[in-house]
Amino acid sequence: MSKELIVILLISPLVGFLINGLFGKWLKGQEKLSGVLGSLAVFISLTCSIIAFIKVQGGTTLEGENGILYTWISGESFTFNIGFHVDALTTVMLLVITGVGFLIHIYSIGYMHGDSGYTRYFAYLNLFVFAMLILVLGNNYVMMFVGWEGVGLCSYLLIGFWYEKQSATDAGKKAFIVNRIGDFGFLLGMFTLFAAFGSLDFGSIFETAKELQPAADGMGFVETDNFKQIFGASTLVIATLLLFVGAIGKSAQIPLYVWLPDAMEGPTPVSALIHAATMVTAGVYMIARSAVLYNLAETGVVVAWIGVLTALFAAIIALKQNDIKRILAYSTVSQLGYMFVGVGVGAYASGIFHLVTHAFFKGLMFLTAGSVMHAMANELDIRKMGGLRNKLPITHATFLVGALAIAGAPFLSGFWSKDEILHSAWGGSKAIYIIGLITAFLTAFYMFRLIFVTFYGKSRVEPEVASHLHESPAVMWLPLAILAVPSALIGLLLGVGGHDSWFHHFTEDVFPKADKAPGNVILFMVISSIVGLAGIAYAWTRYKDRVPSDEPTNALQRLVANKFYIDEIYNTFIVQPIKNISHFLLWKVFDTLIVDGIVNAVAAIIRVIGGTLRRLQTGLVQVYIVSMVIGIVLFLAYYLFFA
Amino acid sequence: MSLGVEYYLVLSALLFTIGVLGVLIRRNAIIIFMCIELMLNAANLAFVAINRSLGSSDPDGQLFVFFVMAVAAAEVAIGLAIIVSVFKHKKTINVDEVNSLKG
Repeated sequence: MSKELIVILLISPLVGFLINGLFGKWLKGQEKLSGVLGSLAVFISLTCSIIAFIKVQGGTTLEGENGILYTWISGESFTFNIGFHVDALTTVMLLVITGVGFLIHIYSIGYMHGDSGYTRYFAYLNLFVFAMLILVLGNNYVMMFVGWEGVGLCSYLLIGFWYEKQSATDAGKKAFIVNRIGDFGFLLGMFTLFAAFGSLDFGSIFETAKELQPAADGMGFVETDNFKQIFGASTLVIATLLLFVGAIGKSAQIPLYVWLPDAMEGPTPVSALIHAATMVTAGVYMIARSAVLYNLAETGVVVAWIGVLTALFAAIIALKQNDIKRILAYSTVSQLGYMFVGVGVGAYASGIFHLVTHAFFKGLMFLTAGSVMHAMANELDIRKMGGLRNKLPITHATFLVGALAIAGAPFLSGFWSKDEILHSAWGGSKAIYIIGLITAFLTAFYMFRLIFVTFYGKSRVEPEVASHLHESPAVMWLPLAILAVPSALIGLLLGVGGHDSWFHHFTEDVFPKADKAPGNVILFMVISSIVGLAGIAYAWTRYKDRVPSDEPTNALQRLVANKFYIDEIYNTFIVQPIKNISHFLLWKVFDTLIVDGIVNAVAAIIRVIGGTLRRLQTGLVQVYIVSMVIGIVLFLAYYLFFA
Repeated sequence: MSLGVEYYLVLSALLFTIGVLGVLIRRNAIIIFMCIELMLNAANLAFVAINRSLGSSDPDGQLFVFFVMAVAAAEVAIGLAIIVSVFKHKKTINVDEVNSLKG
């Protein structure tokens, strides 16, 4: 594989961003052109990704020295390169990013039609793809971090895309600030790794890590030339947990998940691409990439527990939401939790497999939600929908495919990937498996609650909206139809056979060997299917022709409907104290009293001195001359008589 | 027979002192100006006399006089121009009344 291929792959969206970003003013009024340019840029990347994928399958990867493009920063004891690391994991991510990304670009041409920020939208979207590609292509943590921050920036820009709306800009800021907490952990993790390994290149860190021997006393590892235990025996534990903090922020896990539901303020295709399919999975990718370290440090159990608790928690919240995009957002948080369970119990390939299937079916569901909003004049409340399946047949069909896939209906994509994760979890911890299974039931339930309330039953659409209910144009429903195919079938193609599946063989060189989970695969599949179908059936009995009530009836329901008051708790215990400290201590005391005090004191002293000295300046020339003469006389006298 | 250099220096000192006193005491800008010229010429006289008395073959002191005269000529041109414009502005050339630059 040549570096040139990867450079073209990477640069193409950047060029798209520059054209749309710099010349957007001249593209106004020709929005088709702008959208086509943006889509074309991603299409070129998609083509390159497919070529790279084929080459990796043929056994050629781009790693180590071969991948280095040029030296970025070079110092006495460190060198950071701009270089690529392309292996099976990378190409899988590349295909997801560019494949789903391309379809969402196409869809956006229709969805964003007539928006005043049309070129700006495509510029941001291309910039996002570029940053995401850097994140997965980099061959060191520094490049990964650059991409990590880049996608964070684009996420902020796109959440706040409609910046005239207060709620959108607030959501953008919230996402940015919460992510910053995670990014701080990522940075500290990088520093720790650098201090321990003296390098941040994937190649050299993982090579060194593979050679590490456990110390004789069972605490930590034997130090080598390339590895120093800077925090004693727990060096790797600290490093991996700090990196995981980064993943918690970016991938919206407990306790930093709060930004993702609010991120739905952005345009719906953005939610599909960034907040479902690609960016939020960056944390999963990062942990899978660092699999060697997590295996050595044995911190996967923390990852798995955080993941499964998030999965359950978000699924419970999703039960009582009535905003179509928020249900999907909590569902995303929940599914990301599953992925962390996968990578946490050491089944890295299963976690990444779920990432891929989720990218397709969740991307699909967000786009169908966009299609519903498009038809409903941006109505989000499912209580005001109902009976839409006759008016929006394609949207309904594709949404059904996505929902069946996420619910784990037999043989659809989510069935294979979720089952693999649950099966692996059984091998790790029975408790995680049980919670995962409960979550699977809840997932099926809330997803079909959404479907029954939205597409079935009697129409509750307001009359003036109902009069222009229409199916979306082809530019929008075609991507839906295309996405529905992998959502349904990709599991059959890649996932059949569990741990002997094609996907596992494809990625086996990347990940450390996982122990085969115990138990009969078929039995696990049957259990998962029954649970999923039970969830669907229960939703059918409850919401077949009933509307979710407006008012929660008891305390528990009220708790869930208010999302466990997590936002309020954060507001009271974190945001308000910080505001108070800033207001009273930092502003009123430090800024006003101390900083302003010093500045004002300096000014006052100078004013006093100046007020005294200005009397010397009389404006009378001869006074000046007298003083000059006296001065000269004094000097002369000094030199004549004393020197 | 020639006069000693002391005579010239005493004359120069006298002229210089008259100039300084004139500058300090008089209020009329033109007079002050003339007194400055007087001081410059006192210096010129000292230059020439000392150069002569040192018996040097280099005419350094005399050369300096030319410089001083050239500078004085330029100074007169600018100074008188300033005085004219001050007079146009203030209708006076009494330096005590031209004090608007005080702090």
